[in-house]
Amino acid sequence: MNNILEVKNLKKYFDVSSGTLHAVDGVSFSVKKGETIGVVGESGCGKSTLGRVLIHLIDNTDGQIVFNGKDITKIDRKELSNLRKDMQMIFQDPYSSLNPRFTVYQTIAEPLQIAGGFSQQEISERVYKMMDTVGLARRLVNSYPHELDGGRRQRIGIGRALILEPSFIVCDEPVSALDVSIQAQIINLLLDIQEEKKLTYIFITHDLMVVKYISNNIMVMYLGQMVEFSPSEELFEQPLHPYTKALLSAVPVPDVEHEKKRIVLKGEVTSPINPKPCCRFSARCAYAKDICHCKSPELIEVNPKHKVACHFAKEINGLE
Amino acid sequence: MNQNNNILSIKDLSVHYITKETGICKAVNKFSLDIKKGEAIGLVGETGAGKTTVALSILKLLQTPPGKVVSGEIFYKGKDILKMNNSEIRKIRGEEISMIFQDPMTALNPIDSVGKQIAEVIYLHKKVSKREAMKLAADALELVGIPKERMNEYPNQFSGGMKQRVVIATALACSPQLLLADEPTTALDVTIQAQVLDLMNELKKNLNTSLLLITHDLGVVAEMCDRVAIMYAGEIVEIGPVKSIFRNPQHPYTRGLFEALPSNKSNSKRLKQIDGLMPDPTNLPPYCKFEPRCSKGSKGCGAQCPEFIEVSEGHWVRCHLAGEKWG
Repeated sequence: MNNILEVKNLKKYFDVSSGTLHAVDGVSFSVKKGETIGVVGESGCGKSTLGRVLIHLIDNTDGQIVFNGKDITKIDRKELSNLRKDMQMIFQDPYSSLNPRFTVYQTIAEPLQIAGGFSQQEISERVYKMMDTVGLARRLVNSYPHELDGGRRQRIGIGRALILEPSFIVCDEPVSALDVSIQAQIINLLLDIQEEKKLTYIFITHDLMVVKYISNNIMVMYLGQMVEFSPSEELFEQPLHPYTKALLSAVPVPDVEHEKKRIVLKGEVTSPINPKPCCRFSARCAYAKDICHCKSPELIEVNPKHKVACHFAKEINGLE
Repeated sequence: MNQNNNILSIKDLSVHYITKETGICKAVNKFSLDIKKGEAIGLVGETGAGKTTVALSILKLLQTPPGKVVSGEIFYKGKDILKMNNSEIRKIRGEEISMIFQDPMTALNPIDSVGKQIAEVIYLHKKVSKREAMKLAADALELVGIPKERMNEYPNQFSGGMKQRVVIATALACSPQLLLADEPTTALDVTIQAQVLDLMNELKKNLNTSLLLITHDLGVVAEMCDRVAIMYAGEIVEIGPVKSIFRNPQHPYTRGLFEALPSNKSNSKRLKQIDGLMPDPTNLPPYCKFEPRCSKGSKGCGAQCPEFIEVSEGHWVRCHLAGEKWG
């Protein structure tokens, strides 16, 4: 089997004072070994929650996550700690995700110490090797995070995630907090390491240019649901869901020759707390008809690789 | 250039932050910029390039100490802002020049309703009653697309995009002639960003407001601005009309910025990166600040600071090699 991860009808609800918040609501997809899936969507659409549920940082409410042939939603603590060696996460904010009282060495070595079974010498060898891999000069080994800039801090976060040699990594907006010139350095690093170690990435971001560049497949999320799933090239050439169309058109293009045909969405985002059984995008959708306001659309396959959840996907795109 | 056309004119502004621990941090060095009436200028640069310090200096909001304006003049309608006393600058601040702050989460007062916060600006600057100010505040909210029924709600009841729109409504409440927007859309999603940019474009058209847009997003600059200034280590390294710079970037740093963007067009497997980091502002080199990271550098670059050279009309570059044809 070459699917490293299969997700079936995954749900994560949070109880809040005003009801139940549907953060992730019935998401299904599969990931092949060595590929990158990009997850895009607006803030609050459940991208980060999805990432956290996938590596079991938080429990899911319903559904299955099959990782390497095993359903990880039903495992106990001990198995979970074994699992951690195989799945890791790179966090968004390199300023707050590192322990300020740990040096670079301590931060990168900690996962090895927790996993156990390594001698001091092995740990030190591995840490130095990892610093080379992620491009941190060895002289920085005793520095604290506050002494380093954002790019270097993100390199520490990457080194820490990679030290146990996982095969699957969730990257939660790893470059959003960085400047363009540093962003390019980190993206190149992630691509190089992926090639070298045959890693599988789930790449969560709201930057559509970055996601296009790095992903094989892209999942578009809207209020906890997957509205479109497609190979990266195809999504940009032929977006099918009205939300994807608006999202792509809203990206400011750094090109003065570019013709501007921006679709500006009207209206506010529907609340994910106790949502009605309707298409969640219907309140902002230009194509919405009666059925959209009372029935939630099923995911339909336009072709074997491209799926979309919209009642009128075929009509508005002139298919069949 | 016609002097009278400029609404704001910054001349040789230098700002230092002085602390015991780190010494003198040279944040802004001999910065000069003219903003014409109705013009939108983009100010682009990396974190720490000094963009925000420039904006804060214009409004005299710089925290002193540790910040200190060591030299320069900022003329607003012919008067030097840096020589004004507090009551004079207060009349301008918020009424004629206003600022949209970077982070909408922290720019609003959490214990006042949003309507009251907007009304406060109006009440302070216009001769109106409190009740009238509230009415005008409601109009300002409607203008940015927030129903006026929500004016008695508190910031925590709004989403990030809506909070940013409240900040914008506050900044626009008195129809300023110059708007300083410090990364107004960086914290927002692209769909909300599109709404906010449309709104600012409309105001520019309707009120002929001048705009200084601080950002690191070159896409936003392409959509919004007439001219763009690229800032590096406290100084402008390239300035000119947006079209001229986007078609034909001259400074190696500007070129690097464009090449580092993941673009629609190129299909190469790796992104081009600018290696290295910005120089330490407490220890700036006495020559070209970009020299340590520059791949085009020649012998002269490590010897002295380059002067501005005009390469085409209104397009100035601070580089020893400007105008020479490479790659």
